[in-house]
Amino acid sequence: MSDLTAATLEYATRLGDDALVLGHRISEWCSNGPFLEEDLALSNVALDYIGRARMYYTYAAELAGGGKTEDDFAYTRDAREFRNLLIHELPRGDFAYTMVRQLLVDVFNLLYLEALTQSADANLAAIAHKAIKETRYHLRRSKEWVLRLGDGTAESHKRTQRAVDALWGYTHELFEIDALEQSLAEVGIGVNNTGLRPAWLAQVSAILSEATLTVPKDDWAVRGGRVGYHTENLGHLLTELQFLHRAYPGLKW
Amino acid sequence: MSVSTIPIVTSAWQERLQRRQGSAYSAIWDLLDAVKDPEIPVISLWDLGVLCDIQQQSHEDGTLTVVSITPTYSGCPAVDMMRDQIAEVLEQAQLRPYQIKTQLAPAWTTDCLSPKARKQLQAYGIAPPQTSCMHAQSYTPELGVPCPRCASSNTQRISEFGSTACKALFQCEACGEPFDYFKVL
Ligand SMILES: [Zn+2]
Repeated sequence: MSDLTAATLEYATRLGDDALVLGHRISEWCSNGPFLEEDLALSNVALDYIGRARMYYTYAAELAGGGKTEDDFAYTRDAREFRNLLIHELPRGDFAYTMVRQLLVDVFNLLYLEALTQSADANLAAIAHKAIKETRYHLRRSKEWVLRLGDGTAESHKRTQRAVDALWGYTHELFEIDALEQSLAEVGIGVNNTGLRPAWLAQVSAILSEATLTVPKDDWAVRGGRVGYHTENLGHLLTELQFLHRAYPGLKW
Repeated sequence: MSVSTIPIVTSAWQERLQRRQGSAYSAIWDLLDAVKDPEIPVISLWDLGVLCDIQQQSHEDGTLTVVSITPTYSGCPAVDMMRDQIAEVLEQAQLRPYQIKTQLAPAWTTDCLSPKARKQLQAYGIAPPQTSCMHAQSYTPELGVPCPRCASSNTQRISEFGSTACKALFQCEACGEPFDYFKVL
């Protein structure tokens, strides 16, 4: 396998990990939503993310060869092998927390996927073209909810601000790049995410201000997802996500 | 008042139609018209825009038939069932060996729907997409998607997501019924 193929394989796996872990988190709302419509909406968003993970993993499996499938990536790796950014694995929290995280991630994804549609790698570009259309719908909803909750009752305002403050330190990692991603960005395959923060911050700040929420200071940051250093939450998540496959290896639906 | 079907003829649909009409495998296209969307079982995969292409090539075990499909939404859970149903039709027609390929590009859009699919959606109680995805204001409106039952435009959006990711949920103020709207994608 060439260095470039190996790097692309790792890159597709990382993006798959982001999508799978967040998709699983959102899916935890299924049957726990605040009302039926919202339950359905969250379940559908979760499906979009899990579908996205399947596309990235299927491509990674194709690059890996040797009969690997998407399931090998989702079900047979331990927490330290997952490379998702930490914001995706944090527990779902209350509804305000879930919606604030979606907003922060949706704005980011829109910018990121827009850039990825230009990828020199036809498969990654095709996945981005598909995912970006769904992300536009996700963002409309998360934005609407953050406005409604932030500018809502004293209680909803308090919880939404608390969520913004708790999540902010996890957003810096979205804009950091390592040597592998840098090398892929240089050959036009990967996205240089370091340049996306000004646009992200402008959009997020405008929405938070309109929602009467305060944009936090950048005085703390947590990182480690891309090298496999996770919060304790990922292990718990994988225990549930991987249970069936671990208990009955190779089981087919 | 009858519900008017939105006369949208998109370039994506025109392209698909030309591909089918110019294809040397019209008999296989016709066979596969029998395969319907598992979730909206009146619409064929062809009319839905999921069935992209049919090719044949020589192969060590005879002629290989390659059927290409494209998923609607990334997470559409119906894709596996669609593949099984296509396989069943090909088996019955003794078109072995065959291969069913999933292609992601160009990404599926609601512009791939045939005019027939739009009418079928309406008759099935699902309001069809109101505009082309190329249209600047293609997002689900808050008000006014015509009710597929009574044609009233006195309707409002209840949720951006309905029973599946491809639909939004509306409520008709005239007849009081809720209905699904097939979102522009
Ligand atoms: Zn009505």
